[in-house]
Amino acid sequence: MIKTDAVIVGAGPVGLFAVFELGIMGLNAHVIDNLDKVGGQCIELYPDKPIYDIPALPECTGETLTKNLLKQIDPFKTNFHLNQRVEKLEKKDNAWIVTTSDQNQFETPNIIIAAGVGSFEPRKPPIKDIEKFEKTNLFYSVKDKNKFKDQTVCIFGGGDSALDWTVELSKISKKIILIHRREEFRAAQHTVNLARELEKNGKVEILTNHQPVNFEGNDKIEKVVLKHDSGEQKEISADSVLAFFGLKMELGPIANWGLDLEAKSLKVNTQNFETNEKGIFAIGDICTYPGKLKLILSGFHESALCAQECFKRARPDEKYVFRFTTSSSDIQKRLGVK
Amino acid sequence: MPKVTYIEHNGTQHEVSVESGLSIMEGAVQNGVPGIDADCGGACACATCHVYVKEEWLDKLSEQSDSEKDMLDFAFETKSNSRLSCQLILEDKHDGIVVNLPEKQG
Repeated sequence: MIKTDAVIVGAGPVGLFAVFELGIMGLNAHVIDNLDKVGGQCIELYPDKPIYDIPALPECTGETLTKNLLKQIDPFKTNFHLNQRVEKLEKKDNAWIVTTSDQNQFETPNIIIAAGVGSFEPRKPPIKDIEKFEKTNLFYSVKDKNKFKDQTVCIFGGGDSALDWTVELSKISKKIILIHRREEFRAAQHTVNLARELEKNGKVEILTNHQPVNFEGNDKIEKVVLKHDSGEQKEISADSVLAFFGLKMELGPIANWGLDLEAKSLKVNTQNFETNEKGIFAIGDICTYPGKLKLILSGFHESALCAQECFKRARPDEKYVFRFTTSSSDIQKRLGVK
Repeated sequence: MPKVTYIEHNGTQHEVSVESGLSIMEGAVQNGVPGIDADCGGACACATCHVYVKEEWLDKLSEQSDSEKDMLDFAFETKSNSRLSCQLILEDKHDGIVVNLPEKQG
């Protein structure tokens, strides 16, 4: 069990800036995110798209924004817990116990939910009862490629993951069947060319303009049923299926934490952005209140105000005196200013 | 103001007047039409504003960009008339357009 002043759920721009606001007051934080990297939507959805409404930054990309925020919080040596999401919250006296999907546990007086539209989860093919195959031979990522040795593997998708693994697994698998819904691939042209070469020698079969209709089998996928754009159906046998349909965002377990919801957002007050539960705050796109705008800059403001209340809960015996970074030697010490 | 009819997967119809210049996605979100999530807010980056455009309207809309085609790879049950509604900017000539919503987004 890790004891900390605050647990931040979500490593997007607003979660990262909350680390800063807590940090200059001397509070430490642990950040949890379901992606394998920090930056949230800015990194996962639009790393290259310019943003024009960050104050004092006339133009910056999602990637630059994330890099700069990481630089800004560098003095606080924050602990990130990636590739996991918060599964459970339990109350313990005045504090909360937070448990993640990797069974990491935290005890904290403050939970700041900065989870945007929710956590990123693999997008699943539209197949009925697909979950039962997830325990056996249906995968959304490759953890150990040796699992696919000497197998016939069906790979769905047209992006880099699908094409990279088609090429890579063709070296050890018996056969790869790559299935994509249209003729063009999004993946790097070089990899597409490689896959087309492999198709010539029979190691790889490429079926374009096909979509999955059904996976047949009891606990394990034995047959994959596909439909061509013409309506014609086709059955293929496979030992394993890899589906690379990208990621989508889901509110996930947050919906079950007993917090007041409005549509898919968490209701908060605008004084300190606390939800209906003491010590649980929501900031950024996931919170809602009269007049709420889903802007990164609004999230920054929300993080500064919620940090004040976090201080009171984490240091009930201390009085916080508001100070500016330009003049406070305490803050400057925390920032490592010499 | 062009009138847009959104038909949910269960058949429920919503007829909404949407200002020219707004997208079909914005028309739905601003008028509380359920079934269009628009998680990324219109950046053509998430494929959760997927609609099926009634065939006769398809050629009156702007052509698909490569990025829209790429993002449609992620949409649920695409068909030949699938579009991402954040990319469909309404003009007066679109008055009466009909879009069907998929069973779910993503």
